[in-house]
Amino acid sequence: MEKFEEIKMEDKNNWSLYEVFVRSKQGLSHRHVGSLRAPDDEIALQHARDVYTRRNEGISIWVIRSELIKSSQPDEKAEFFDPSLDKVYRHPTFYHIPDGIEHM
Amino acid sequence: MFLFGRFNLILKNRLTLFLVYRKIDLRVILTGNERMENNYQKFEQNIANDITIEAKDEMPDAYRKTLIRQIGQHGHSEIVGMLPEGNWITRAPTLKRKAVLLAKVQDEAGHGLYLYSAAETLGADRDDMMEKLINGKMKYSSIFNYPTLTWADVAAIGWLVDGAAIVNQVALCRTSYGPYARAMVRICKEESFHQRQGFEAMMALANGTPEQKQMAQDAVNRYWWPALMMFGPSDEHSPNSAQSLAWKVKRFGNDELRQKFVDNTVPQVLQLGLEVPDPDLKFNEETGHYEFGEIDWHEFNEVIAGRGPCNHERIEARRKAWENGKWVRDAAVVYAKKQQLEANKVA
Repeated sequence: MEKFEEIKMEDKNNWSLYEVFVRSKQGLSHRHVGSLRAPDDEIALQHARDVYTRRNEGISIWVIRSELIKSSQPDEKAEFFDPSLDKVYRHPTFYHIPDGIEHM
Repeated sequence: MFLFGRFNLILKNRLTLFLVYRKIDLRVILTGNERMENNYQKFEQNIANDITIEAKDEMPDAYRKTLIRQIGQHGHSEIVGMLPEGNWITRAPTLKRKAVLLAKVQDEAGHGLYLYSAAETLGADRDDMMEKLINGKMKYSSIFNYPTLTWADVAAIGWLVDGAAIVNQVALCRTSYGPYARAMVRICKEESFHQRQGFEAMMALANGTPEQKQMAQDAVNRYWWPALMMFGPSDEHSPNSAQSLAWKVKRFGNDELRQKFVDNTVPQVLQLGLEVPDPDLKFNEETGHYEFGEIDWHEFNEVIAGRGPCNHERIEARRKAWENGKWVRDAAVVYAKKQQLEANKVA
């Protein structure tokens, strides 16, 4: 690879990372589509429109700074979701209904 | 039957509880290192069972690094890929072609951003990747180191280069890393327009005056071989291929994808009334595939090594864009801070 005089970036990362959620049409919920970098919320929204909805993919956009999202940890998945693991009686199939009973 | 079913469920519940307790036990016993290995076992299992790896899942360092390198290079290719076509925006032959080219180049910027976004989920840093690009420390597809000498080259890029990219990217829609796969799905949807507009522009030239047809043929002659090179070295000479296939980052070998592109595209060239610049090209009735001549790997390696026709120009353009854009990026930050201060004052 050709050698270039090295450029050191001084202004690295002074734009925040944002997560983008798009509602594709009325009646559906917003769905995560990806992320982008922006200096503030307003510009994040405009960038989100340009990056993620160039073909009418959305009628509504949410953006939020990634650092504000609290998420569950994959390596704690087992313990975290444990409480719902052993309660099979929460599912309709747990209950035996004799043949011939309808609308249930 | 009824009783048996109940009993079965109770048994299952007991078993689940037992397993839950055992898991907790195991977790206490395992040391940090063992836990790590355990996680990679889970990773290997997921890969084996075609379960997508997601951003925060445990993954081997080498897998993470491979993906950052590949997704980063892929993103850079989209960004640098805007340059050869951008070169013709002001000189597009009609207003329609100009609007189409603008939309296509804007798409490429979008594709670059989807990919940088996917790389950032792995802990890569967007500015860091950009810094590596403009310092020549990260690569991009060598196809974009070729110049666009005529309008027909722009058509050839849309049709052949994006056509080759589609073959590659359709295969990557099933790559094992979730955010990368989802970016590929978005990109493939948009890429189809790129290829079709290129073919249509090529068709206009091929059906035009003898001079226009010659221009189309010249562009095919220039871009055919570099398009075949886009799939990378032959599998036996590709250092990363085997591991990437094992991790299902790649689903098909380079040669397999290249063959698919040739089989897709040769009939299109012929339908345009143009010729494929390969004297060794012939259709094998038995295999149903086109056999083609040897790729000039010396040229391929030269371009990768930075000695292609436009390597210097491309990096220079990215450096200039970065430096000239600095005041805009800075001003946006200062403005955001000012707005924040004023909002605080009112509150």
